[in-house]
Amino acid sequence: MQSSTSLNEPGAESRRCETTGLSVCLGAQRFIKLNAVSAVVFLLLGGIAAILLALTRWQAIHLLPVDWFYRILTFHGLNMLIFWILFFEVAVLYFACTIPLNCKLFSKKVAWVSFAMMLVGAIMVDVIIMMGKADVMMTSYLPLLAHPVFYLGIILVAVGTLIGVYNYFATLYIAKRDKTYEGSVPLVTFGATAAAIIAVVTLLHGAIVMIPTFTFSMGWTPEPDPMWYRMIWWGLGHQSQQVNVCAMVAIWYLVAYLTTGAKPVNEAVCRTAFALYVLFINLASAHHLLVDPGVGAGWKIWNTSYAMYLAVLASMIHGFTLPASVEIAMREKGYVKGLFGWVTSAPWSNPAFSGVALSVLIFGFIGGITGVTLGTQQINIIAHNTLRITGHFHATVVGGTSLAFMALTYYVIPLIFRRDFIWRKLARLQPWMFAIGILFVSLGMSFAGSMGVARRSWDIESAGIYGPAAHLKLGIMGIGAILAFTGLLLFAVLCVGTLLFGQKTNGRAMADWGVAQPLGNAKPGSLIHDHWAMKGTVALTFVFLACFAVYYFANWKALADVWPVR
Amino acid sequence: MNTEPKKPLWHRILDNPWILLVLGVLIPLLSYTLWGWIELLSVPPAQLP
Repeated sequence: MQSSTSLNEPGAESRRCETTGLSVCLGAQRFIKLNAVSAVVFLLLGGIAAILLALTRWQAIHLLPVDWFYRILTFHGLNMLIFWILFFEVAVLYFACTIPLNCKLFSKKVAWVSFAMMLVGAIMVDVIIMMGKADVMMTSYLPLLAHPVFYLGIILVAVGTLIGVYNYFATLYIAKRDKTYEGSVPLVTFGATAAAIIAVVTLLHGAIVMIPTFTFSMGWTPEPDPMWYRMIWWGLGHQSQQVNVCAMVAIWYLVAYLTTGAKPVNEAVCRTAFALYVLFINLASAHHLLVDPGVGAGWKIWNTSYAMYLAVLASMIHGFTLPASVEIAMREKGYVKGLFGWVTSAPWSNPAFSGVALSVLIFGFIGGITGVTLGTQQINIIAHNTLRITGHFHATVVGGTSLAFMALTYYVIPLIFRRDFIWRKLARLQPWMFAIGILFVSLGMSFAGSMGVARRSWDIESAGIYGPAAHLKLGIMGIGAILAFTGLLLFAVLCVGTLLFGQKTNGRAMADWGVAQPLGNAKPGSLIHDHWAMKGTVALTFVFLACFAVYYFANWKALADVWPVR
Repeated sequence: MNTEPKKPLWHRILDNPWILLVLGVLIPLLSYTLWGWIELLSVPPAQLP
């Protein structure tokens, strides 16, 4: 018997998706749309700030004056790392708890409250920054002090998001209670649950640190201890990026399924990897305090190494199982030629597939390897507060998360907004343009940082110690930024243009981006227990491990060169 | 009578978001936040000139 929360019940506020055949909760659909559109607006704002910053740090251009550099840096950080990501993640949560579970959203009123608080808070923050009353950068380290509206806005965004997360868990509860689905939740919902759990920890830290800072800025309470502020703030700042990681990996699996029919080679292993994220990834926040004097070596090493490596293990599991599942799916479809025939035959012209594939590569090969290396306490000594750190997280958050979110959008707009994309040839080009651009940004920053160029510095000439090589690398970063910004702008134009002028899909399936088609020799389900069938992925894994080993060794060598012991 | 085989313990844990929620909040709060907070509290105040 169907319950009142099931989307299949007669009279339920739902529709049947013409492409997937799944029931879509109309209440959830509205809030997916609202949050996704807001996300893209904040992405565009943050992107405009990004190009201004890159053209300033590119010393040959040095565009912005000093006060505007720090103002725009604050604006960029909050719009890109908090607003774009959180709005999109709330959209992902509302999708994951309703459509795959065949369940209606717990409460539309709660969703309205969440959305309104987030939107008002984000606008408050952006306005007060642009008024020049919060030039404190995203971290807003005390004793730097911004206008109270800045902190109040962040509190509103955090609490609004927490309310959205509550709506997610409440929907999970009613779906389980009313048996709207059978067995375990789908993997995409499990990954979204992991993201929601991490979001709870993140937002708790946000409340703990921002409320006393707000009351201090109002003159009501004494100044919080700056060391305490840093520690708790990073429980918000870094953990919010771990929410991204979970959401991103869930999207990887979803897009792999949509474009190649890939199913996880081992559901239990994939879910265990997500559980490792839930349990251990939040400890990575300690990376930011590796040179802080207030916390001891035991706390630093435990949180950034021993315990954190369990979360690194989770990323490596996903990094293996995702391409392995695609390889199995492609080989079962008949693409069996050689070690990498399944790679060359993959649907690269599908922007969702290419976006996710590039996201996996950039996140793993650049972001993952640099992250683990820079998070080692000894090596961190030669990298802390240099552009190497910025190079690392532009590979994870931008090349990894933002690109994966963009990739999913190529399905979200046709399936949820029910409009086919305009300018489809340009859409196929967009993930490549953005990915190559951000690759140059990340590598330019990383190599400049390895020469000691500091992050968050308006001018490096005043130091008088950087030669042409450092300037060349900042130029590479700048050229990459122009390419990535063009890709971002194209993405925004494609999205807005499609929402306004795209052909409506009402009553028919979305226009096909191109998915992997079975050949004549296809044998569905034949390779699921054949471990040798994923030999191409095993080969890629060894390439990855070799890159990891070389980079790790090079960094220890660099450390020994800086502080030789003779 | 329920004849379905009982799911393994790990499977049941993974199927229970509330256990994951409690553990996911508790472990970082203890390992990162509380431990770090205690370390900061144990730093003696600097003697100002």
